[in-house]
Amino acid sequence: MTRREWRNLGIGLAFISPWIIGFLAFTLYPALASIYYSFCDYDVFSRPVWVGLLNYRDMFTDKVFWKSLYNTFYYTIFSLPLCLVVSLLIAVMLNQQIKARPVFRTVYFLPSLVPMVASAMIWLWILNGKYGILNYLLGLLGIQGPDWLADEKWTKPSLILMSVWGVGGSMVIYLAALQDVPRELYESAVIDGASAWQKFFHITIPMISPVIYFNLIMGIIGALQVFAQPYIMFGGGGPNRSALFYAVYLYQNAFDYYEMGFASAMAWVLFIIIFFLTWVATKTTRRHIYYAGE
Amino acid sequence: MADFRVAKIGVLLASAVAAVGLSGCVRPPSDRTPDGRIIVDYWEKWTGFEGEAMQAVVDDFNRSQNRIFVRKLTVSQIDRKMMLATAGGNPPDVAGLWSFNIPVYAEKGALTPLNRYLEEAGITADDYIPVFWELCSHEGFVWALPSTPATLALHWNKKMFREAGLDPEQPPRSIAELDRMAEQITLVVVERNGKKVKVHFSDLTEEEKRSKKFDIIQLGFVPTEPGWWNPMWGYWFGAGLWNGKDRITADSPENIEAFRWFQSYPKKYGLENLRRFGASFGNFASPQNPFLSGKVAMELQGVWMYNFIDKYAPQLEWGAAPFPAAHTDQFPYVTIAECDVLVIPRGARHVKEAFEFIRYVNTQPAMEKLCMGQRKFSPLSRMSEDFIRNHPNPYIKIFIEMARSPYVRTVPQTPIWMVLGDEMNAAVDRIFSLIETPAQALRTVQKRVQLRFDRERERWLKIRERRIAEWRGL
Repeated sequence: MTRREWRNLGIGLAFISPWIIGFLAFTLYPALASIYYSFCDYDVFSRPVWVGLLNYRDMFTDKVFWKSLYNTFYYTIFSLPLCLVVSLLIAVMLNQQIKARPVFRTVYFLPSLVPMVASAMIWLWILNGKYGILNYLLGLLGIQGPDWLADEKWTKPSLILMSVWGVGGSMVIYLAALQDVPRELYESAVIDGASAWQKFFHITIPMISPVIYFNLIMGIIGALQVFAQPYIMFGGGGPNRSALFYAVYLYQNAFDYYEMGFASAMAWVLFIIIFFLTWVATKTTRRHIYYAGE
Repeated sequence: MADFRVAKIGVLLASAVAAVGLSGCVRPPSDRTPDGRIIVDYWEKWTGFEGEAMQAVVDDFNRSQNRIFVRKLTVSQIDRKMMLATAGGNPPDVAGLWSFNIPVYAEKGALTPLNRYLEEAGITADDYIPVFWELCSHEGFVWALPSTPATLALHWNKKMFREAGLDPEQPPRSIAELDRMAEQITLVVVERNGKKVKVHFSDLTEEEKRSKKFDIIQLGFVPTEPGWWNPMWGYWFGAGLWNGKDRITADSPENIEAFRWFQSYPKKYGLENLRRFGASFGNFASPQNPFLSGKVAMELQGVWMYNFIDKYAPQLEWGAAPFPAAHTDQFPYVTIAECDVLVIPRGARHVKEAFEFIRYVNTQPAMEKLCMGQRKFSPLSRMSEDFIRNHPNPYIKIFIEMARSPYVRTVPQTPIWMVLGDEMNAAVDRIFSLIETPAQALRTVQKRVQLRFDRERERWLKIRERRIAEWRGL
């Protein structure tokens, strides 16, 4: 590097140094420290004591840990594809030349702007077994709705249903990608006699595949870390711990039981799970993703 | 030249941002008022009228002398925030916690023992109702002084009693009687000859009771309302959750008996019926509270309930009495005592001044002002006649008598209470939902918590001597 390049690098680093300092002090250091703590008996107040693999051993023999992992996977398996498909469908619909398009776009995006705590409180009433509007609507159809929040069979489906409420963010990303698909591809497809379905599956989907991939990865990460809504709505885990999610149990161990070592170990296991699933998703979808620049 | 200027600005800007950011972490804010008084930072959880009552006492203290100024800050989730602030070496000087926090925070070294200061001030156990002094003590040291205390009583709706043909001035005297009265008060809608009729549960036919095809519209009693002390229903049957030394006693025969009684409610009224009816309950602090709105006739509640009755249902005809026990030949009733406490976190900058404030709060006039403001009773052994006479809660004497009685119990004073409480609540939920028998569910608690308890105890025994020596030196 020339002197000038060195100087430019220095200037650049100086400009971003507040962020670098913040990242080192508040993200990297705690993350690395938690690896060490995961092998320690650590309660925050006293010095950590090395216990080797004890936290990991305890975790794998803890039935509640497995239950929280099961709940989290259950939620992810249903919520992730549902959100991916629904947000894509809404984006495709909002990409059509319809009247009052900006209004519809705003309306569909609005729920994403509602703070999580507020939306959880709203959903507590929507899903209320006796007075909830959902059961009222089901009643109009002659269906007696379940007690969504008190019946362990329905707590996870409730949260999955709620997750669809927040698809506005990924919808906007899809919308941006849809608007980027070259018009001429559709025009030539029309000349070749392609139907709407064929255009969707053979042009739209491949062209926006990098965005689908992005939403998939972000969805995996988000769903496996779901915390705020179940924590607010079900506190300690709901009926028979059916809504005790991984992040909630981790939080309980850290801040209710002062088992920071155990909580750190849980955090690293979650990191490994997310890392693995992201790797699998990358490997399995690589062939199907189209990058125009490659 | 332009490049150089940009670089210089960049470096200066970045340094300034970093310096401002880091200065907040390193340099503590000034601990003096402009007129030179020492500032004592006091974190408290109360808001609303409870917060105002404490603020009035703080203001009195600040006016009473010119050396210390107490700065009160309302903090939510105070126990967690205090834990992190203490671990981070920047705690407040005084914090208002709950008594159940004391064992865990004391053993973790997060609190300052008060023994030395109490001795100097001449404050002894005799100054307090015994149970509240015990709640502030752990391992032979005193870690806090009470702010406001509470005991629990049976609250009943006299109008609902009258309407069911019961004597409204006569609450149940045993759990069996409570169950019978509850059946008499409970109203259900049942279909008879194609018509929907409203009848008392006790008037249902055996077949109707068995089929559980009815809708509850009013309940006499259900042990899950409000459900805040569910893990401790065993107390009313002579059980405990811990033997005070080395064993959790979640699956004792007395606890199993208690939770059989607990499970008798969903078995009797139908789990789905109770769930559907429970879904109609509004928030606790609202007119839709099931007790305040006349949906549930009897419930276990604390001395604070008066405030909510006064605010949301001033017309309610109610009474409060000791909650009767199951085997009244052994003991007539049980109450649970709880206490808000004032502690000095370890690492506080002004320990002496902090204690000065706590001591002031614990003088009879200040304590009575605080407790009257919150409509509770005083934890001090001496209470002025005016305090009792002027107290707005017509049943305040009952709450005080229960606190002084031999039938008062507390949350197990062990550092693993949070784990034990959570596990018990999970078990209680499985019992009420008829997923498991009481014996099965409680055995799971016993196994899980005993394991954790043993480990915690082993760790504690290793460091106990060292800790105690350290506390003596503080």
